[in-house]
Amino acid sequence: MANMTLIGAVNDALKTALREDPSVLVFGEDVGKKGGVFLATDGLQAEFGADRCFDTPLSEDGIIGTAIGMAMNGLKPVAEIQFQDFIFPAFDQIVSEAAKLRYRSGGQYTAPMVIRTPYGGGIRGGLYHSQSGEAYFCHTPGMKVVIPSTPYDAKGLLLAAIADPDPVLFMEPKALYRAVKGEVPEGHYTVELSTTRNVREGDDVTVVEKAADMAAEKGISVHVVDLRTLLPLDESAVVEAAKKTGRVVTVTEAPRFCGYAGEISAIVAERAIEYMEAPVVRVTGFDTPFPNTLEHHYLPDARRVIDAIEKVANF
Amino acid sequence: MFELLDIPRVLVDPDGTAAGPDLPALSDEELRELYVHLVRVRVVDERMLKLQRAGRVGFVGSTFGQEASMIGTAGPLRSTDWLWSGLREGGAALMRGLPLSEYIAQMYCNSNDTAKGRQMCNHFQHKGTNYPSWSSVIGTQIPHGVGAALAAKRLGKDEVHAIYFGDGASSSNGFHSGMGFAAVWKVPCVFVLIHNGWAISVPADEQTGVEEWTDKAEAYGMPAAEVDGNDLLACYGAMETLIERARAGEGPSLLVVKTYRMMGHSSSDDPTVYRDEAEVEVWRQRDPIQRFESFLVGRGILAEGEGAGITTEITAEVDAEIHVQEAAPRMPLRSLVEDVYSEVPLHLREQYNGFIETVERHGEAQPGDGAFPL
Repeated sequence: MANMTLIGAVNDALKTALREDPSVLVFGEDVGKKGGVFLATDGLQAEFGADRCFDTPLSEDGIIGTAIGMAMNGLKPVAEIQFQDFIFPAFDQIVSEAAKLRYRSGGQYTAPMVIRTPYGGGIRGGLYHSQSGEAYFCHTPGMKVVIPSTPYDAKGLLLAAIADPDPVLFMEPKALYRAVKGEVPEGHYTVELSTTRNVREGDDVTVVEKAADMAAEKGISVHVVDLRTLLPLDESAVVEAAKKTGRVVTVTEAPRFCGYAGEISAIVAERAIEYMEAPVVRVTGFDTPFPNTLEHHYLPDARRVIDAIEKVANF
Repeated sequence: MFELLDIPRVLVDPDGTAAGPDLPALSDEELRELYVHLVRVRVVDERMLKLQRAGRVGFVGSTFGQEASMIGTAGPLRSTDWLWSGLREGGAALMRGLPLSEYIAQMYCNSNDTAKGRQMCNHFQHKGTNYPSWSSVIGTQIPHGVGAALAAKRLGKDEVHAIYFGDGASSSNGFHSGMGFAAVWKVPCVFVLIHNGWAISVPADEQTGVEEWTDKAEAYGMPAAEVDGNDLLACYGAMETLIERARAGEGPSLLVVKTYRMMGHSSSDDPTVYRDEAEVEVWRQRDPIQRFESFLVGRGILAEGEGAGITTEITAEVDAEIHVQEAAPRMPLRSLVEDVYSEVPLHLREQYNGFIETVERHGEAQPGDGAFPL
């Protein structure tokens, strides 16, 4: 066991994968000598060589397009998109190609690959270094979408994603890269995809959130669920948690309309409405582009989450 | 580095006489085989168009007039090499080993189709000879071929990746990123630009400001050559050289193959709306099959009139297979949710099970359509 940051756990997972599986390659913009703009790939090229960890030309479309070809021909690509905000030139390759290849070929060709990308606000990054675009990809059958919120999960989920036979988008909450620390086992272990984690057990309100642990102390017992894998989602865990308290708040940084929080709300409405004591409340970003100067008001911080919890608790 | 390679643009003149001594080293039997492949492409195409007009298949992207560009360039590939299809390379797949039954099953999108009827017609695949299907999105296969070529290099596989696309696709993101990445990585691939003059209704000179299409390679730093795409042997010879370069570790190159799309973009397209029929007539005189036939007859490899017999023979073979595919069993309904992931996940099982209850209530379920275990 070692005490690590979340980004340290990502780095450790990549090293573990490169060590164990000669078909694993790590590549993207600035991931080689520099070790990535956040240093997620720090030291990998020095340890494993430039054939295993390397820089690419500046084209997200090319990074993901070539990764698909590598995956189709026996390699295990782990591609980095420097910021999730820059992923859209590769949207076509992800949505039209990687996600649909198994289906359209009747299972003859597959693209087992991982796309790592930092996402989310909290670093004063403005419109193009802060977005939470998970909903675009969760609307794409064939993709798996994973978001860790602890160092232990980051390593275990990333190793599970690399071992997975399907394409996985691995979204890393950049605000938590160095904000959380935790015990991480040495060597290989996995956290099973499509399983949730109960962050906190409680009886009064269920908070379904994709980010980290948060405070809610006003005499209300809060049950916090970290979804970990957004697609395919362990829906039954959401439904069970909703039934337990009868009150649900969903928290995401993304804009509200057509967002993931709405999907959770719909699942609860369809499968547990008879247990509900209050409407499901979404706490999200605004339906605006991501701001810069006012980002701390845009983000669903503790004030807004606690207000929502009180609202459903007192309904 | 860019270099305009010294590769003959023409080896056989339009009248069928050899333009020079440097013909590919092919035996009479091999030359004859190539002819049969050309004829097969045309016969299959014509039969498919008839089926489309009869409402039996949905859509046909004819290769009429482009047969030599396809058979000639794919001819020197080994079956272990990969052919990344851009659109009209189904005939090359047939030559390389795609069974006629699978070709026609794909046109019917029936339950015998190896892709399980998931794509519309004219999206062939053949895993056995490394031929993935194109997706319909133009140019996306270009970086796939480059990535797969990098995999071949890293894993020490003796493979060359031939990446096909059209003049329209040369404007796509995939072309730009694919050419760039390939040149930087020096991977074993050949970019085969089938310049047939048209991207649906947009002429090739509206795709780019360059006049010499081989100039495109200069920006990325790789060599290029251009051939007359209606001269089967020129296509074969040029491709043989470029494949050898790639196989020897000398990196990627671009081959511009100039031909002409005689028919519409597809059976759903009426080209008379946007192009001058006089231009089509000029190209009709340059028919690639006639040209190669004249060459073979001139050399005594094919007897005068023997082509007609070959056509009849292939037509019978194709018609027999059409009858078989007309009678394919019904597509199993579970195919709706299979192959999205390696295993059918719980939410898709639930969605299917809800659907199959409705189907059963309407008395339409058949054995094998039943619910998934949850």
